[in-house]
Amino acid sequence: MAKDITIYINGKPYKTTDDLTIMQAADNLGFRIPRLCYHPQLSIEGACRVCIVEVEGMRNYCASCAYPVSEGMKIHTDTKELRRARRDIVELILDNHPLDCHTCERDSNCELQRLAHSMGIRKRHFEGEAKHYEKDLSSTSVVRDPNKCILCGRCVRVCSEVQRVNALGHAYRGFKTVVMPAYNAPFSETVCTACGQCINVCPTAAFVEKNHTQELFEKLNDPDLIKIAQIAPSVRAAIGEAFGLPAGRQMEQETVAALRRLGFDYVFDTQFSADLTIMEEASEFLERLQGKGKLPMITSCSSAWMKCVEQFYPDLLPNVSTCKSPMSMMSAVIKTYFADKIKKDPKKILSVAVMCCTAKKYEAVRPELMVDGLQSTDLVVTTREVAWMMKSAGIDLVHIKGEKFDEPMGLSSGAGAIFGATGGVMEAAIRTAYELYTGETLLDIEINDIRGLAGIKEGRLMIDGKEIRVAVAHGLGNAYELLSAVRKDPGRYHFIEIMGCPGGCVGGGGQPYAGINSIPLDAECLKRRAEALYGIDRNKTIRRSHENPDIQRIYKEFLGRPLSAVSHKLLHTHYSAKEPLGIIPAEIQAR
Amino acid sequence: MKKEYVITLCDGPTCMRNRSKELESVIQQELQRHDLQEERVRIMLSGCLGMCSKGPVMIINPGYTIYGKVAEKDIPEIIQQHILKNQPVARLAIQEDHLYNRFFRIFGDVKFFGKQMRIALRNCGIIDPEKIDDYLSVRGYEALAKVLTEITPQEVIGVVKKSGLRGRGGAGFPTGLKWELTAKEQSDEKFVICNADEGDPGAFMDRSTIEGDPHTVLEGMCIGGYAIGAKKGIIYIRAEYPLAIDRIKKAIAAAYENGFLGANILDSNFSFDIEIRLGAGAFVCGEETALIHSIEGSRGMPRPRPPYPSVAGLFGKPTLINNVETWANIPVIILDGADWFSSIGTEKSKGTKVFALAGKINNTGLVEVPMGTTLREMIYDIGEGIPNGKKFKAVQTGGPSGGCLSEEYLDTPIDYESLAKVGSIMGSGGMIVIDEDSCMVNMAKFFLEFTQNESCGKCTPCREGTKRMLEILTRISAGKGVPADLDKLERLGTMIKKASLCGLGQSAPNPVLSTLKNFRDEYEEHILKKHCRAHVCKQLFNYEIVDKCVGCGACKKVCPTEAISGELKQQHVITQSKCIQCGNCFKACKFEAIKKV
Repeated sequence: MAKDITIYINGKPYKTTDDLTIMQAADNLGFRIPRLCYHPQLSIEGACRVCIVEVEGMRNYCASCAYPVSEGMKIHTDTKELRRARRDIVELILDNHPLDCHTCERDSNCELQRLAHSMGIRKRHFEGEAKHYEKDLSSTSVVRDPNKCILCGRCVRVCSEVQRVNALGHAYRGFKTVVMPAYNAPFSETVCTACGQCINVCPTAAFVEKNHTQELFEKLNDPDLIKIAQIAPSVRAAIGEAFGLPAGRQMEQETVAALRRLGFDYVFDTQFSADLTIMEEASEFLERLQGKGKLPMITSCSSAWMKCVEQFYPDLLPNVSTCKSPMSMMSAVIKTYFADKIKKDPKKILSVAVMCCTAKKYEAVRPELMVDGLQSTDLVVTTREVAWMMKSAGIDLVHIKGEKFDEPMGLSSGAGAIFGATGGVMEAAIRTAYELYTGETLLDIEINDIRGLAGIKEGRLMIDGKEIRVAVAHGLGNAYELLSAVRKDPGRYHFIEIMGCPGGCVGGGGQPYAGINSIPLDAECLKRRAEALYGIDRNKTIRRSHENPDIQRIYKEFLGRPLSAVSHKLLHTHYSAKEPLGIIPAEIQAR
Repeated sequence: MKKEYVITLCDGPTCMRNRSKELESVIQQELQRHDLQEERVRIMLSGCLGMCSKGPVMIINPGYTIYGKVAEKDIPEIIQQHILKNQPVARLAIQEDHLYNRFFRIFGDVKFFGKQMRIALRNCGIIDPEKIDDYLSVRGYEALAKVLTEITPQEVIGVVKKSGLRGRGGAGFPTGLKWELTAKEQSDEKFVICNADEGDPGAFMDRSTIEGDPHTVLEGMCIGGYAIGAKKGIIYIRAEYPLAIDRIKKAIAAAYENGFLGANILDSNFSFDIEIRLGAGAFVCGEETALIHSIEGSRGMPRPRPPYPSVAGLFGKPTLINNVETWANIPVIILDGADWFSSIGTEKSKGTKVFALAGKINNTGLVEVPMGTTLREMIYDIGEGIPNGKKFKAVQTGGPSGGCLSEEYLDTPIDYESLAKVGSIMGSGGMIVIDEDSCMVNMAKFFLEFTQNESCGKCTPCREGTKRMLEILTRISAGKGVPADLDKLERLGTMIKKASLCGLGQSAPNPVLSTLKNFRDEYEEHILKKHCRAHVCKQLFNYEIVDKCVGCGACKKVCPTEAISGELKQQHVITQSKCIQCGNCFKACKFEAIKKV
C-alpha cells in the first residue's frame, strides 16, 4: 500500500505517495522535469541523464526517472548548477548529432530539437568529432540511420519488451557505441518484423520508414497509368493528428477527397476488403470447426505478425488462416475484377495502399502474394507519408470538403471499420460466422470482452449450443504470451486474433508522430483512435460484413462463394518457416 | 635420527623471572620419565620472543604451537598430550596466533614483506593452491565448520558487521550491512556472486588471490551463502586469467570431493553449489549491475539503482555480490574474531588492503598493508623509493579512474575517506608511482583514453563527455590548447562525476580533475608556453645538439627528414622547421649530445 508522504520540491512542501519515482511525483505536481530516454511503457533505462535532479544529502545528481521518493526528501529541479549540467548533457548529445535539421525528415517534429530548444542551447562549447555510419537501406520498410541515433535505447526496449522480437541491441563501447541488429546484419536479413514500433518511439530520425513518396509523386504524374488508392481503416482515425487535429477525429471522406486531389483516379476502401476477409475467414473457421483443418485458427491480417509466426512459431503455421490481408485482397481484386470492369490491362494499373503500417511495405513485395506473376500492391505509403504528400502538394485536409469512395469497392460494413482496433477482426468475424453457422442474426454485436487495451483478451460465445472460446492479443510480446499458453494447451481456444502492433493497426508503425503534448504509444491516443473506428461502426446501418451490398455483388459477379476456386487463387495464400539471423532461443525469450 | 619435536623455551628476562629455567628441568624430567630420548625431542632455549606479557612462553614445533603462562604443573599434561599423542593442549595454547602469522614466519625477514600485513593473501606463496590438504593444514574450512556447527546465520552477519569490513572492490560499502540487507529479503532463491572481473590495468590482486589460495574464496562464499540463505554461488572471472580459472576449477572440484561444497556440507543442513562464469574482458563488467547482466546473458551495461542487487539482483533474485579480496577476508574474521580484525586499520576503514604497486618504483608487486598506512610508507619503505635517483612526482591510487596525488599528499593515510577527501579513490587497489619523467597532461590523457574506450556507451555524460575531455587533452598535448580549455575540462569533469549512471563515469574524470588541481602549472605550461617539461608531448619540446657532439654523423644518417646538417667531425645542427620529433637521432647518438629542450 502506498503511503502518503511529504516531499519538498525547490523548497516548498508537497503531498505525494511513496510508490512513485521523483519524476512521477513531480509530473503529478506540475513540474515537468526534462527527459529523453524515459518512456512510461518501457523499462527504466536511466541513460540520457537529462532528467537529473538534486536531492539533498546525495553526493551526485539523481536520475528522477529511476529514483523513488521518500518521506521528507528535499528535491531541487532547477538550481543554477543543475540547469547548466542538464544543458551541457543535451549539448553533448547535439555535438554528436548531424546538424541537418532543415533537411531532416523529422524537422519540426523531433524530440531532440524541442529539448535542445528548451535547454537554451544557443552556443556550442564542446564540439568535436562526430560519428559517421552508413545508413541501412536494406529493409523494405524501416531505414536505420545510426548517425541520428542518440542511444536513448527506446527502440531496443520496444523491440525486446513490447514486441519480444529482439532485433536490436547496443554494440561496441564508449564513443563507438551504436544500436544495431546482431552481427550488424542488414535489417532485411534479421528477425525484424518491420512493425515500425522503433520508428514510433525514436525521438529523432534514427529510424524512419522506407520513403516511397517521391516514387509515388512520379507515378501519379504518369498519364499511362490508372492510379488507384485504398485506405486502411486506421488511417482515417489518425491522419488528422498530422495536421494538428486532436487524436480520434475521423477523417474518412476528407482523406478520400485529398487523395483524389493528389491525382488518384479511384479511391477504394480497405474496409470493403476487410469485409471480404471476414467472408473468407469466417467460412474458413467454420470449415476448421467442422474438422477440416487445425484449431485454434489464428488470424493472418497483420504483416508483422506473419513474419513473426514464420520465424518464431513455425509449428503454428498450420493454424494460421490462409486468408490474405485486406490490403492484399483488395489489390488482387483491383487487378482482376476491377481491371476487367474498366477494361484495362492490369499492368497499366497502379495499385497504391495507404496504410497505418510499415510492415505492409514488406507484405507488398512478398512473392507468395503475386497474382499471375504480377505484384498486386505496387506501392505502400504510410499515414505519415501520405500526410506529408498532402502538405507538400498544398492540400488542406482540415478544410477540404469530404467525398465518397468509388464504386464498386467503396461500401463497407461497420465490421470492416473496426478491423483497425485490437479485437476488431475477431468481433467482425463472430458477427458473420455466427450467422453463417446458425442461419440466425447475432443481435448483440458489440463484444466488449475483446475490446480495449488489455494485452490478452478472452471471450466465449455459444454458437448453436457449442461453446466457442476466442482470444485476442495485440503487440508481438502479448502474442508471445498467448501462444506460449496455446503451445502448452492447444485445445484452449478455437479462434485467435493477433495484431503485431500495440492497440492493433491504430498503433501501427506508420501512424503520425506524437505531437508536442503527447508521447509515442500513448494509451489515451490509441483509445481515441480506436473509438473513432467504433464510432464509424455505430453510425453504420450495415454492421455485418455479409450484409454489405458491394460484397454480395462481388460474390455474385465474380467470386461465386467464399472459399471458391477463384477465392482460393486470389484471396488466399500460404506461409513458410523462415530462419533469419538473430533468432533468440526460446528459453532466453521466455525470460 | 630426525628429531620429532623441538621445544623452544624463551629465556628472555621476563620469562626467566617467570621461572622458565625451572620449567626446563621439569620438562627434562618428564621426558626421561616417558623414556623420550634427546634424539627425538630437542629442548632449545631461545632469546626473547617478545611475547613477554604471556611469559613464560614455550613453542613446540612442528606446528608452531605457542604455550603461554606455562606453569610447572602443566608440563606433564603437555608432554603426555602433545608429544606422545600429537594433540596440542588447546587450553594452554596462546589464542592470538593469527592466521596471517604463518606467512611472516616464512617471509617476514624480507624488508618488502616485513612492513606488510597479509590477511587476504595470508596463504599465497606458502601453500600449494592445487592441494586442498595444504589449505586444510592452515585451518582451511575451519571457519566454515565453525559457522555450520556453532553460529547462526544472524550471528555470522553480526560478526562481519562488527568486524567493520568494507567492500574491497572499490566503493567500500560496509560488507556486513550488505549481507544483512540481502538476508532480510524473502525469496525462494538467492544468489552469492564473487566479482573476479578484475579490470584495472596493472591490477592483479584478485588474480593472485585466486591463483595462490582459491579455497579461501570458496570458503568465504560458502559462509556468505549460509549467512544470507543462498544455495548457489557464481564466480564471475575474466577469461584472460587462464591459470586462475584452472585453479578455481580444481579447487571447486576438490571442495565437492571433500564435502565442502554440494549437498549437506559437513553433514549440516546447509547445501551450496558454486559455478564459474567467464567474463569477456569488459572493464564495466566489474560494476555489479553490469556484471549481473553479463551473467544473465545480456550485454554488460549498468542499470540505475535502486533496486540494489540485494533486493533484485541476478535473475531478479536477491543477490550478494562481493569482490575476491572481500571474500578472502571472511574466513579470517570468523576464526580470529571481529574484535581482532577491527583492531587493525583506522576508525572507519578496518583490516588491510591489497595494492598492486607499479610504475616508477623499485619494488613493484603485490602489497597488503593495514589501512592507515601512509602513501609515504608504501612508496619509500615497502616500495623502496624511485629508481635511478629520479624525483617523485605523483602517485595514482585506485586504477584508471583514480586521482593523481602530488608530494604534499604523501602523508595521507590509505583509507577510503582520506583518499576520497584528497580527490582520489581506494578503488580496487591499483597504485602507480609517477616520476619526473612523466607528463601529467599525458598521464591524464592516457587514463581517460582507457575509460572512454571502456565506457559502456549507455549514459550521455560518460559516453560523450569523456570523449570531449579527451579531445581537449589531446589538443593541449599537441600544443593547440587555449586557456579556456581548462575551464571546459573542469566544467565537463564535474558534470560527468555528478551525472553519470555508474561508478565508471562517476570516477572517470578523476585523473583529469586531480591533475588539474595538483599540477595545474604543467597544464598552463603546455597551453601558454607550449612546453612540456617532462619532454613527453612530442610537439612541445625540441631536440638540440649540444657541444658534446663529435660530429660522427650517426644522427644525420637516421634523420628521415634531412633536418640535421654538419660536416664530419664538426658539431651538427638540427633545423627545427624540418624536424618531426621522431626521436631517431636521440636514440642514435652515442655521446649524449642530443638533448630534449
